[in-house]
Amino acid sequence: MKIHEYQGKQILKKFGVTTPRGIHCTTVDAAVKAAETLGGKIWVVKAQIHAGGRGKGGGVKVATSLEKVREYAGQILGMQLVTHQTGPEGQKVRHLLIEEGADIQHEYYVAALTDRATQTVAMMASYEGGMDIEEVAHKTPEKIVKVFINPLTGLSDEQALTLAKGMGMNEASIPRCVDTLKKLYTCYMETDASLAEINPLIHEGDGTVKALDAKFNFDANALYRQPEIVAMRDLDEEDPDEIEASRFDLAYISLDGNIGCLVNGAGLAMATMDTIKLFGAEPANFLDVGGGATTEKVTEAFKIMLRNPKVKGILVNIFGGIMRCDTIATGVVAAAREVHLSVPLVVRMKGTNEDLGKKILAESGLPIIAADTMAEAATRIVAAVK
Amino acid sequence: MSILINKDTKIITQGITGKTGQFHTEKCIEYANGKNCFVAGVNPKKAGETIFDVPIYASVKEAAQKTGATVSVIYVPPAGAADAIWEAAEADLDLAICITEGIPVRDMLVVRNKMKEKIARGGKKTLLLGPNCPGLITPDEVKIGIMPGHIHRKGRIGIVSRSGTLTYEAVAQVTELGLGQSSAVGIGGDPINGLKHIDIMQMFNDDPDTDAVIMIGEIGGPDEAEAARWCKDHMKKPVVGFIAGVTAPAGKRMGHAGALISGGADTADAKLAIMEACGFKVTRNPSEMGKLLKTLL
Repeated sequence: MKIHEYQGKQILKKFGVTTPRGIHCTTVDAAVKAAETLGGKIWVVKAQIHAGGRGKGGGVKVATSLEKVREYAGQILGMQLVTHQTGPEGQKVRHLLIEEGADIQHEYYVAALTDRATQTVAMMASYEGGMDIEEVAHKTPEKIVKVFINPLTGLSDEQALTLAKGMGMNEASIPRCVDTLKKLYTCYMETDASLAEINPLIHEGDGTVKALDAKFNFDANALYRQPEIVAMRDLDEEDPDEIEASRFDLAYISLDGNIGCLVNGAGLAMATMDTIKLFGAEPANFLDVGGGATTEKVTEAFKIMLRNPKVKGILVNIFGGIMRCDTIATGVVAAAREVHLSVPLVVRMKGTNEDLGKKILAESGLPIIAADTMAEAATRIVAAVK
Repeated sequence: MSILINKDTKIITQGITGKTGQFHTEKCIEYANGKNCFVAGVNPKKAGETIFDVPIYASVKEAAQKTGATVSVIYVPPAGAADAIWEAAEADLDLAICITEGIPVRDMLVVRNKMKEKIARGGKKTLLLGPNCPGLITPDEVKIGIMPGHIHRKGRIGIVSRSGTLTYEAVAQVTELGLGQSSAVGIGGDPINGLKHIDIMQMFNDDPDTDAVIMIGEIGGPDEAEAARWCKDHMKKPVVGFIAGVTAPAGKRMGHAGALISGGADTADAKLAIMEACGFKVTRNPSEMGKLLKTLL
């Protein structure tokens, strides 16, 4: 689960990391009032969306007067902000963060994430802050310093110092940087984050170390014990179909193709999508109905897939294990009737009570195309939509 | 022979009294020699009772001492599952198989490091399979987990996969071709897990009753590439490889928490290329895994 920058900074602040003073707002008038409240002569008007690259897309502006704050807030609020992470249609800006200016002496990069290979928490830092870290990693990997932290012992002073020195932190700010890194680590662990990134982390003229940005991602499996994080969820930033699917415990991700697919199991769902592509078409979605695919769940899955106007055909691929094929077949027939299915439907069923399932489909009177293998199913649905 | 488990394995079920645990324990007991293999259950509140004629003990340690069991299977709900894994490790079992899906990553990080620390102190090594896995089966001997038993057939092909239903797909293809499985292992879809592809490939390589292997992977993480590199130098048997997720977009979690492309070297295409370079016969058509394997025998 992702959150906005202003929320990320609230979390960092709670764990003792220094952030600029800032106020979250949703209207132009509130933005001007926020700037007045903050005082000073320079403010940053920042678009709040769940995607990176906001600065390059025109979503971050420095204002030197209250009139400019009003002008920029007016420009940014409501705009469709396009960045390399939003896709060409962009994301509508509904929230702003108005911040005091910072005395930036240098911009660094720091992040914490879970490293699956070593089964530790990795912290990375670099002198090359303020830019795309993937680019730094690609072009100049030697400029990124990494430490791997055993969660049983936590980030040691020595490791924190390695990071602070390795990232070329201003000498006078090193103790404050070490302190910030330790607080970031504690924050990462205690909030069940899967990514905590500060880009840039800066040092100011007086030696202060400050987080100018905050990007978090949280482990979905741990949300049950993180009510404060869950309260920060912004449904406007998420795909409405994916939200609807999650209400029915369906794992759904919309894609760009025209063949909807409904599968049980994440691995088989991906393999089904791959097979569709292999036979010349593109999948419209990833959809895993999971182990307990009831008639209700299958019906909802059909409705969600069919809300996508690009869908020209549906492929159902079920491996009946514990879930029997006849149960699934009954669900598919009921769902197809309820939604008055008007696009071609290919069903491939395998496993427990396969013959019974096929019989139910054949006797339903619905124009369901049967298939024995994934390859056959993909061939048939691709032919049917052409 | 087979890997990890056989008809003589004695098994403890942790979470045997829960809905999922009961459902699958009954099916496992019905399969092949299951009645003799599933010897104990654990639930501190129901110690002294029995379920499906299986005695329930208060702890894994007690269950192991009383029955001589060396393997446990875990159906405990996510919030308590990591503790259940640690209990199995503290009881010095050989193998713990965790079926539970949805365990917080931080809990897995902690328990995996506790297990490693125990070994570093000179303690006994307990292998972990999973979490978020279907389990493993040695056909006609014993099934530990949630896979449908009837699609399997005793044979000489090893199968290893992260995904449950994709494992079944490969199993069914092999069975339909008149071949069968020595063992089929689901290592699970979570980012922080126990046994990896490389570990299972080593075991299949050493198993005299396995002639060839189907290795199935997914997008995300370095595991498949590591296994492929090991196989290049050591594997004596033919391997068919498939990676799911060629069509997966970057940065999206595809159902499995571990299936998320974050770098570039963990895409399906990158993994397929490494596997091919390491001598695997790879296919982009998951319906062809069995047929391709048959051509290598």
